[in-house]
Amino acid sequence: MNKQAIIEFDHFSFQYYSQSEPTLHDINLKIYPGEKILIIGPSGSGKSTLGHCINGLIPFAYKGEITGTLMIDDQNTKDLNIFELSKMVGTVLQDSDGQFVGLTAGEDIAFALENDNIPHDTMHERVRRVAQMVDMQDLLSSSPFELSGGQKQRTSLAGVMIDDVDILLFDEPLANLDPATGKTAIEIIDDIHRTSQKTIIIIEHRLEDVLHREIDRVIMLNDGRIVADMDAHTLVCSNLLKENGIREPLYITAMKYAGAKVSCDMLPGYISTLKTATCNEALCTWHNAIHEKTPINDKSSILKMDQVSFSYDGVRPVLQDICFDIREGEMVSLIGKNGAGKSTLSKLLCGFEKEDQGIIRYRGEDIKDKTIKERAEIIGLVMQNPNQMISKSLIYDEVALGLRLRNIPEEQIKPRIEKVLKVCGLSPFIEWPISALSYGQKKRVTIASILVLDPKILILDEPTAGQDFRHYSEIMEFLVELNKLGVTIILITHDMHLMLEYTPRAIVLAEGRLIADTTASFVLTDAQVIADANLKETSLFNLAHMAGIEDGTAFVQGFIDYERKLKNR
Amino acid sequence: MKLFSYNTVDTPIHCLSGFTKLLCFLLLTFAVMYSYDIRVVLLIMIFSIAILKVSRIQFSQIRTMVIYALIFIVTNAIISFFFSPEMGVEIYGTRHRIIKLVGNIYLTQEQLLYQVTKFFKYASVIPLGMIFLLTTNPSEFASSLNGVGIPYKASFAVALTLRYFPDIQRDYRDISLAQQARGLDLSHKAKFKDRFKNSLLTVIPLIFSTLDRIELISNAMDLRGFAKYKKRTWYTSKKLDRQDFTAIGISALIFIGSLCVSLFINHSRFYNPFI
Amino acid sequence: MKEYFKVSTKTIVATGLGAAIFMLLFMYVKVPSPVPETSFQTAYGLSGFFATLFGPIAGALISFIGHALSDAVQYGSPWWSWVIASGVSGFIFGFAFKRTNVEEGEFKGKDILTYNIIQIIGNVVAWIIVAPVLDILIYQEPASLVFTQGATAAIMNIISAGVFGTLLLVAYSATRTKKGSLSKK
Ligand SMILES: Nc1ncnc2c1ncn2[C@@H]1O[C@H](COP(=O)(O)OP(=O)(O)OP(=O)(O)O)[C@@H](O)[C@H]1O
Ligand SMILES: Nc1ncnc2c1ncn2[C@@H]1O[C@H](COP(=O)(O)OP(=O)(O)OP(=O)(O)O)[C@@H](O)[C@H]1O
Ligand SMILES: [Mg+2]
Ligand SMILES: [Mg+2]
Repeated sequence: MNKQAIIEFDHFSFQYYSQSEPTLHDINLKIYPGEKILIIGPSGSGKSTLGHCINGLIPFAYKGEITGTLMIDDQNTKDLNIFELSKMVGTVLQDSDGQFVGLTAGEDIAFALENDNIPHDTMHERVRRVAQMVDMQDLLSSSPFELSGGQKQRTSLAGVMIDDVDILLFDEPLANLDPATGKTAIEIIDDIHRTSQKTIIIIEHRLEDVLHREIDRVIMLNDGRIVADMDAHTLVCSNLLKENGIREPLYITAMKYAGAKVSCDMLPGYISTLKTATCNEALCTWHNAIHEKTPINDKSSILKMDQVSFSYDGVRPVLQDICFDIREGEMVSLIGKNGAGKSTLSKLLCGFEKEDQGIIRYRGEDIKDKTIKERAEIIGLVMQNPNQMISKSLIYDEVALGLRLRNIPEEQIKPRIEKVLKVCGLSPFIEWPISALSYGQKKRVTIASILVLDPKILILDEPTAGQDFRHYSEIMEFLVELNKLGVTIILITHDMHLMLEYTPRAIVLAEGRLIADTTASFVLTDAQVIADANLKETSLFNLAHMAGIEDGTAFVQGFIDYERKLKNR
Repeated sequence: MKLFSYNTVDTPIHCLSGFTKLLCFLLLTFAVMYSYDIRVVLLIMIFSIAILKVSRIQFSQIRTMVIYALIFIVTNAIISFFFSPEMGVEIYGTRHRIIKLVGNIYLTQEQLLYQVTKFFKYASVIPLGMIFLLTTNPSEFASSLNGVGIPYKASFAVALTLRYFPDIQRDYRDISLAQQARGLDLSHKAKFKDRFKNSLLTVIPLIFSTLDRIELISNAMDLRGFAKYKKRTWYTSKKLDRQDFTAIGISALIFIGSLCVSLFINHSRFYNPFI
Repeated sequence: MKEYFKVSTKTIVATGLGAAIFMLLFMYVKVPSPVPETSFQTAYGLSGFFATLFGPIAGALISFIGHALSDAVQYGSPWWSWVIASGVSGFIFGFAFKRTNVEEGEFKGKDILTYNIIQIIGNVVAWIIVAPVLDILIYQEPASLVFTQGATAAIMNIISAGVFGTLLLVAYSATRTKKGSLSKK
């Protein structure tokens, strides 16, 4: 590696204005030109804070106290302003909607050039060239509403690349992307890295997804300190992932279950480099030893969609001919690519929108004439964005809102709320203002405020997006508990791990049609469904092939059953 | 949901640059706003309706606006009559009674001229506005504001409003539905007072989530160098061509003509046929 | 004073999004009043709130842009005299910027009083002076009519900015954190 670092933290600490303790402690880190770095760590460990220090938002937008030095390209960032830094560092923020400031894709890509007073003709020429690199040249005049999540992500990418910066920083580029789009995003980043030799820094929770392509070094933060700085192979062999509450790649978990020792010479960092020769036998033995059948749910139907079609504008169909039947007490995933119509389907069920054709039945009865309020007694919907649901400033009032609106006497409300807050792990905060909660806690408040109304069916839209593994597990374990109490649960998700681990059955949408309704393990091994619904093969399936196990689906199913037994469910 | 139902049609009006349209809109609006001469007003009105035809705007696109605008102008005419039935007399300095209404309120020729002129004055601005709104690509709007001398930061604020209004409208709807699902009654069955209070309950979360979003967007803009210099260029600005200069020329002539009529012929903003 | 009129990127974004919410409220969340062509507009509570947080420039532009665009969308063309008056009211509300402790998480007695005095001055100037005078200058409307409308608008907007604006400011101050106040349990 080149000796001269492009980014150099030297005994660097940072404390936010409102915090009583530093968020970053004594960071020493050198990043060299042309390196590709991944930063991981649990939620709140300071990853974004570190990123903000590099791109200058700290101290430009976030006030606080800095000690130690940070040099970028041999200049102390103390002496640079955010504009000078923006010439060196291009940042793609997590929320691609938020940074899409233009009215069309073309305008958005050109934004940095406009600010630089580049003449009109040169600007159009450069936008066209960069758009070609990310394959957006035909969509330059589309508005953000007409673009899918992935296309928006490409637009943001083009928007920072146009400036010809040396360092590209991505803060959680994969959140909210469907698996295939996420994979493409990683590939685009990798291609840029290869062709341009830029320094690349990726911050991400989804370790396995980033490791789809090669990474030079992985840096792990916990509690504002660097706890690991190593290559991917060494990292997955160590116990660091588990110790710091980060999910290890599924294939590693499977190998550990099989009793195989994972060592660096197996090149286990990436599924593409993994050598399984030494543990094939162990894997086969383990696989053959599992025989458990997923119990079949033979309860009666609770929710049934019969040839339902819907369109927002009467022209473009968003849902077509949807038929499925959900049984009492089931836990089902609803998956499919960005814009497939998943959220729309949940709105139809709750009566937010009215189907154009078809019938929705609850326990056999057509619910066409039920109002939103009446349906809410049966079906509770937790929307994707907690901010859209919270309207009170205290947790207690927020959860009580639905009950008070139903004119339930105050003395009955109290015990119900206390019970539900306990189930949601929120009892210690009962007096807290909601503004003091983290995103994951807010999400649980919204779940509580729906649960307290005792719905028979609970629909959750992206319950775990942007959460780290610990909070993710907390939320999911809690949902499993509920499910055991008899609540039927429908999860809308892009997280394939979640689907595999928690829901035996998956309903797959693509372009508004239902293309599969089967076991979760089958969905992620069927090439056709994977292609149509923008999913991604699970690495377990690849592992099975490497180990010479013919029936990959059975292997995946076996893994799920084994895990379920471990957790005693 | 788009803010303006702008769509691309190949007409001479659509082809003009946004800057030209804004400038023409301003010139013509000022021309009618300044003049209280019914002849000038009617001429501009005929002109603007002709342009409306040329730009092939369908009536269905503007129906609601027309209804709203008519209600507005008619109410305005009625109440301003009852508030000041003698306004015309004051302005023109003569009194020609036509008919006695109630009490000692008379309808006078002067009042009639004043109100008819005013009616058409207001009515003729509306097609101008509609043409501008429905034939201008929203993307060009901000750059043309900057073009007519509005500071670019203010122009960009307008661009952001156009960009985020549909988002905010959708959020508002989603929040409101989520509230209804918890039992908030926003339907027509609820009492008006409750409905109003409940819609405020929807607005508050909307405002607070917008504050978070402001932070995010302004960070994103800072990172990409917004407001680095005193000037900025625009991706959507267009070079002016011959048609643009023709259009600006015509509008400028109308504007100057209207001023000249007031200054040299009427010697006031009003055309006075009574003396 | 210079800081008062400083326009940062955040001011611009707040203006753009604030104007968008202003439009939404202006068009959908209002109550008609008995005096024709006036209504109880919650939007002025919003402009009071934003002006207090982001200053006079943001306040003025939010009300001006929001009012002009909603008029344009509804009637085809803005009613300029009132649009300008809206801008003036927002501008004056902006003088509450940095005069209260709302950013520090306190919005109590004295702050509420300061804000309300400023908003009352703003509304009075805008609706009892600017709007009617411009109506007369630009449109030659009868004075008695425009002053009646102006006075009604002033009263209703004072209530809106007073009740709704104060409510928002109190709620906002509750979300602010003090220096060094956050610590892990
Ligand atoms: N603007 C701020 N003011 C005060 N404290 C902050 C601010 N932003 C972040 N923090 C605190 O700093 C810590 C680290 O936050 P940071 O956003 O860097 O975490 P992260 O590792 O990126 O987490 P995530 O994976 O959830 O995005 C958290 O405890 C958070 O509460
Ligand atoms: N309120 C709306 N008005 C018009 N079209 C809409 C509306 N909401 C969604 N759509 C469109 O309907 C389609 C389906 O959207 P939906 O939100 O249901 O997708 P999704 O499957 O939930 O996607 P994601 O995974 O990105 O959340 C999209 O093309 C979207 O643009
Ligand atoms: Mg982060
Ligand atoms: Mg969705």
